[in-house]
Amino acid sequence: MPQTLYDKIWNEHIVYQHDDGTTLLYVDRHLVHEVTSPQAFEGLRLSNRKVRKPNLTLAVADHNVPTTNRSKGIEDQDSKIQVEELEKNCREFGIEIFGMNDKRQGIVHIIGPEQGFTQPGTVIVCGDSHTATHGAFGSLAFGIGTSEVEHVLATQTLIQKKSKNFRINITGNLLTGVTAKDVILQTIGKIGTAGGTGMVIEYAGTVIENLSIEQRMTICNMSIEAGAKAGLIAPDEKTFKYLKGKPKSPKNENWDKAVAYWSKLKSDSSAKFDQEVEINGKDINPMVTWGTSPQDVVSITESVPDPEKEKDEDKKKSIIRSLEYMGLKPNTKITDIKVDRIFIGSCTNGRIEDLRDSAKIIKGKKVAEHVNAMVVPGSGLVKQQAEEEGIDKIFKEAGFDWREPGCSMCLAMNADKLNPKERCASTSNRNFEGRQGRGGRTHLVSPTMAAAAAIAGHLTDVRKFKN
Amino acid sequence: MKKFDILVGIPANLSMINIDTDMIIPKQFLKTIKRTGLGKNLFFEMRYDDNEKKIEDFVLNKEPYNNSSILLTGKNFGCGSSREHAPWALLDFGIRCIISSSFADIFYNNCFKNGMLPLILEQKKIDEIIEYSKRKQNIEINLTKQEIKFGNKLIKFTIDKFKKNCLLNGTDDIAMSLEKKEEIKLYEDSLKKNKPWIN
Repeated sequence: MPQTLYDKIWNEHIVYQHDDGTTLLYVDRHLVHEVTSPQAFEGLRLSNRKVRKPNLTLAVADHNVPTTNRSKGIEDQDSKIQVEELEKNCREFGIEIFGMNDKRQGIVHIIGPEQGFTQPGTVIVCGDSHTATHGAFGSLAFGIGTSEVEHVLATQTLIQKKSKNFRINITGNLLTGVTAKDVILQTIGKIGTAGGTGMVIEYAGTVIENLSIEQRMTICNMSIEAGAKAGLIAPDEKTFKYLKGKPKSPKNENWDKAVAYWSKLKSDSSAKFDQEVEINGKDINPMVTWGTSPQDVVSITESVPDPEKEKDEDKKKSIIRSLEYMGLKPNTKITDIKVDRIFIGSCTNGRIEDLRDSAKIIKGKKVAEHVNAMVVPGSGLVKQQAEEEGIDKIFKEAGFDWREPGCSMCLAMNADKLNPKERCASTSNRNFEGRQGRGGRTHLVSPTMAAAAAIAGHLTDVRKFKN
Repeated sequence: MKKFDILVGIPANLSMINIDTDMIIPKQFLKTIKRTGLGKNLFFEMRYDDNEKKIEDFVLNKEPYNNSSILLTGKNFGCGSSREHAPWALLDFGIRCIISSSFADIFYNNCFKNGMLPLILEQKKIDEIIEYSKRKQNIEINLTKQEIKFGNKLIKFTIDKFKKNCLLNGTDDIAMSLEKKEEIKLYEDSLKKNKPWIN
């Protein structure tokens, strides 16, 4: 029977299957961070269990770490305890960890690919919903809760039921100035924040094929914002090239064996999908969110929606609440929205290409006077690479703050946060109420759109932005 | 894990759609290394004003809903992050059953791991319970029989059999999976042979 890529990976990882389809699924790669793991390790200790496969597990502290000078450690006591707890747990259970001062430290979903820990055809889990990022390599990668983290640590498996197959075809080509971030924002706008619930999304089509691996990560990263279990993209030559020579990539004869196996990882041409959606690349514009859900999205050329035009009562209520929270009036032109803060970073857009692209926009310009802008590289290695290329200087000369790597203001668990009513153009993934700080107002955009907004001082169409 | 069989309680109605995990428990409370103690900060930003004073007309601040063990809510409940702190906070507050027309996947699974029942019903049926909740009277949820009783009404619900049994028995998932350690070992042996690069 013809199979989808998801079917193939799923079938290859079945350890045991119950009659009703409940499956014990093998996990090849487990990423661990400080926020969702302490209770899991504590659970192991209480029941006197060990970590079954420490060598398939990699840990890093990212959510809580300061992005300013780290020489004095972490000021916030609770954050400090959580980071220290992770280090202690990793020592006790024999798990490799990139400590806060290791140059490889960074956001868990950036370091996995960077180290070659992320590989095609694997099942990858992490106690973090943006684990879907790794699907860009053709792996089945999804977020889990802390109880499941404990389950994976103890058994290297998970109890799962199979999801449905959903294919999103992005055909044709993208217009100039349109990025992977715009593709995924438009997709979420189209299918809705629960559009992928109970499904694994495979992204396909010429637009996806033409994207770089880093751009593919941006797409897969936000699968969870469409409610999907996971998002994935079939691996190709670009994938293999990206992984070749990475510290944890297969070596020597194992590399050849791995590539031979990876090359077969694609959906059969006659495979059946439970749902399919097609979007033509030329219909995608630079996108901006106006509300408090990632599906609240419009093109930069449009205006804030008018709840009076919404017929569905629940949706109308939700728009009114969002606009009140966001401090926006219906029918305001998006380009008339002034911003106070800019955040470039996160597991969605904190990679080297994101920094290169936004640096091109701001080169030789200055951040608008009323705007406070920051760049948080996704990892120590991204930061180092950017500094070698002189990108840090471009940002600093323009007036951006150049920070140490971490999750930072994507979720504002560390000191980086919005003040009430502050408005931010952010390259992160969630615009929920309070996400970037209580009362903070988030507009999700691409890195180039964020860079353009920093200079203009308001949301602006990067395509009309004069260099 | 605490068993779930019959739950009797007054349902509280929070009929917003797309309630995300940041709303259920904001990030400043994720710095804990414990599972307990999160209940007081459940729905923090909706429940307390800027001076951390209780907002009186928020449903869970009102008698008798401040003692509710059942939450009625809008579709796509629990969307967003994977934080198990969301079900922990609900549980610590005293809520053991959440009724919605749909849930986000990770949140849904996380509930079962904590002896909580996320119940999916058609909106029409939820609306009936919402109407009844105004009486501030108990309703009964019977997992074995898969039914909800309120007044003289009875609503049947469906649930995955495997998950139902885990709740009824209070199953320790990890112990159950470790019973398959032979199968896991066999799988790992074949992995070594067929995909040596994984290890």
